Amino acid sequence: MRTVLYLVQKEFLQIFRNKFMLPMLLVMPVVQTILLSYAANYEVKNLSLGVVDHDLSPMSRQLVATFGASGYFTVYNTVFSSKIADADLARDRTDLILEIPPHFERDYIREGAGKVAITANAINAVKAGLAIGYANNIVRAYSLSHASPVAVNRPPAAIQVEYSNWYNPLLDYKTFMVPGILGEIIALIICFLTALNIVREREVGTIEQLNVTPIHKWQFILGKLLPFWMISLVMMTVGLTVGWLVFRIPMLGNLWLVFAYTLVFAPCMLGIGFLISNFAESQQQAMFTAWFFLLIFILMCGLFTPVDSMPEWAQWLNTINPVKYFVEFMRLVLLKGATFADIQQNFFTVLGYAAVVNGLAVWTYRKRV
Amino acid sequence: MQTKSIKAQNLSKAYGPVEAVKNVSFDVRPGEIFGLIGPDGAGKTTLFRILTSLLLPDTGQASVDGLDVVQDYKLLRQRIGYMPGRFSLYQDLTVQENLQFFANVFGTTIEKNYALIRDIYVQLEPFKHRRAGALSGGMKQKLALCCALIHKPRVLFLDEPGTGVDPVSRKEFWEMLRRLRDSDITILVSTAYMDEAELCDRVALLQKGEILAIDTPQGITANYQRPLFAARSDDMYRLITDLRALEPGADCYAFGEYAHLALAATATRPTTSTRPTTSSRRTSNAIPKIQQYLETKGHTNIEVLNTTATIEDCFIELMHN
Repeated sequence: MRTVLYLVQKEFLQIFRNKFMLPMLLVMPVVQTILLSYAANYEVKNLSLGVVDHDLSPMSRQLVATFGASGYFTVYNTVFSSKIADADLARDRTDLILEIPPHFERDYIREGAGKVAITANAINAVKAGLAIGYANNIVRAYSLSHASPVAVNRPPAAIQVEYSNWYNPLLDYKTFMVPGILGEIIALIICFLTALNIVREREVGTIEQLNVTPIHKWQFILGKLLPFWMISLVMMTVGLTVGWLVFRIPMLGNLWLVFAYTLVFAPCMLGIGFLISNFAESQQQAMFTAWFFLLIFILMCGLFTPVDSMPEWAQWLNTINPVKYFVEFMRLVLLKGATFADIQQNFFTVLGYAAVVNGLAVWTYRKRV
Repeated sequence: MQTKSIKAQNLSKAYGPVEAVKNVSFDVRPGEIFGLIGPDGAGKTTLFRILTSLLLPDTGQASVDGLDVVQDYKLLRQRIGYMPGRFSLYQDLTVQENLQFFANVFGTTIEKNYALIRDIYVQLEPFKHRRAGALSGGMKQKLALCCALIHKPRVLFLDEPGTGVDPVSRKEFWEMLRRLRDSDITILVSTAYMDEAELCDRVALLQKGEILAIDTPQGITANYQRPLFAARSDDMYRLITDLRALEPGADCYAFGEYAHLALAATATRPTTSTRPTTSSRRTSNAIPKIQQYLETKGHTNIEVLNTTATIEDCFIELMHN
């Protein structure tokens, strides 16, 4: 056990001496949490709106003004020809065209119904979907507040939906993103560091010197994993502090549970890094291999797109994605206040995962060259 | 068993189709500096790795300090010190941290075995807070030796310690090795430098994974049986090609500022004891002949001398057979 302590001590000496390492460990979680949480934004704002107003009535102008005042749209121009509007859309000057037909106001007042056309540039399907959704809401709200005198006598729409968003009432995407991003960053950094650190010993040749010492395999491995295990806790603390100070993310669940979970999750990523290092001969190889897996893990972890809406095979594939479990856990505990009983299946899955990965890594690690 | 410090029997190791070590056997006596001499790629490092338990031989057996390198590798690692050919200490740790680390790992302290490394460490002491990566080649080597010695090994393995080190540091290094041998540590050292070979107690000449000869350096040079001359002129390159064509079996190669010319051994091969006289007799009439030959080839400033064989000459001779 003392040998392990010496190895850990040596590792920390090297980590703290590395000018690059400490800033990376502390600055990276802070910067990424702040940057990604603001940038990885699901809200679409400042959509550029092209208006084709064939009516030019007070009502049509009011409708356009409502769009402009909504905060989602800025009116790019008002033209009288659909052709010009289409050309603007094609040249990417506008994202959306609102076309108001002639006699819009007259028909609305006389007949109690009006029609407008909305055309969206769906190159970015997410953006187009959201834009049409916003536009729909605006038009509906407008028609409710400017009920046609004819329509007043009719019953309003039969079914009205009243909705509320639980656990994130204002649908604040930051509340949703920050816990996930924390998980992602910790997974990323410690997996990388472990893989690169072990391969470095091989690349520089120090492993050859270590291998002729009486250090046992398990001592070497523990000596490598323990420092980064501890670092994962530090990163978690820093990340949560930033989340709390900057984003005021809710922390409904028990924070001890979060740290306890980190202690189980970290070995998972450490083990993957360690496993990669066993098969890589150079830091470059380790880097690319780690990237390959981490990119898949991160894109599929549910941070950016919901796991439930992925095809079945992808969901099945996701059962071996450790980051998915972490992101899920973080959201459940921080936003929903889940207790251990609620997340125990997740907890034990990750525990088992860590055991398997590390078992494999130990098994494939060879002290002889 | 204990009469031999290192015992290698029929060791072979192949990397795919490349046979790095072929059926190599040799013994090293306790308290001996034994040199493995050979050019790059001769199989020296592979042999070292087998003997330090880092590599499993395909066939053959080896024991170090009475311990089998395959079965008893755990015990063995306590008793050997290994200095790999490449500097393998932590470049980002200081001199002292490196030494402390290796002492710790071997379950000992610097103080306990300080006597053994004192001579070397005093030279490092002024730099003890410097990072190992910032040391000069000679200093790095001394630190590596300290780290390999800190647990008082019974057998020391030094893989090409002279490479990348200036001549003065190399000389000092060998003086240290002699002192270590006197404190009863067996040393196996590999080198591609022939001048270092002469400093060993015994050497094995290694070529393409095979041992060509094992003897004391003196024994090896004494076995050299061809008349040997050193020659030079203004045009060394042409001199060497011309001398190779002097007679069938003549061999000529660059050797410092001279070219060494080895003539074919005479059919009536003299015995070792009478060799000097026979040699000088042959030399006396051979030198004018060579000089004359070179003059006809148009060489200027010709100088032809009688010379005695070094390990390098023996090596080249053995390689060509």
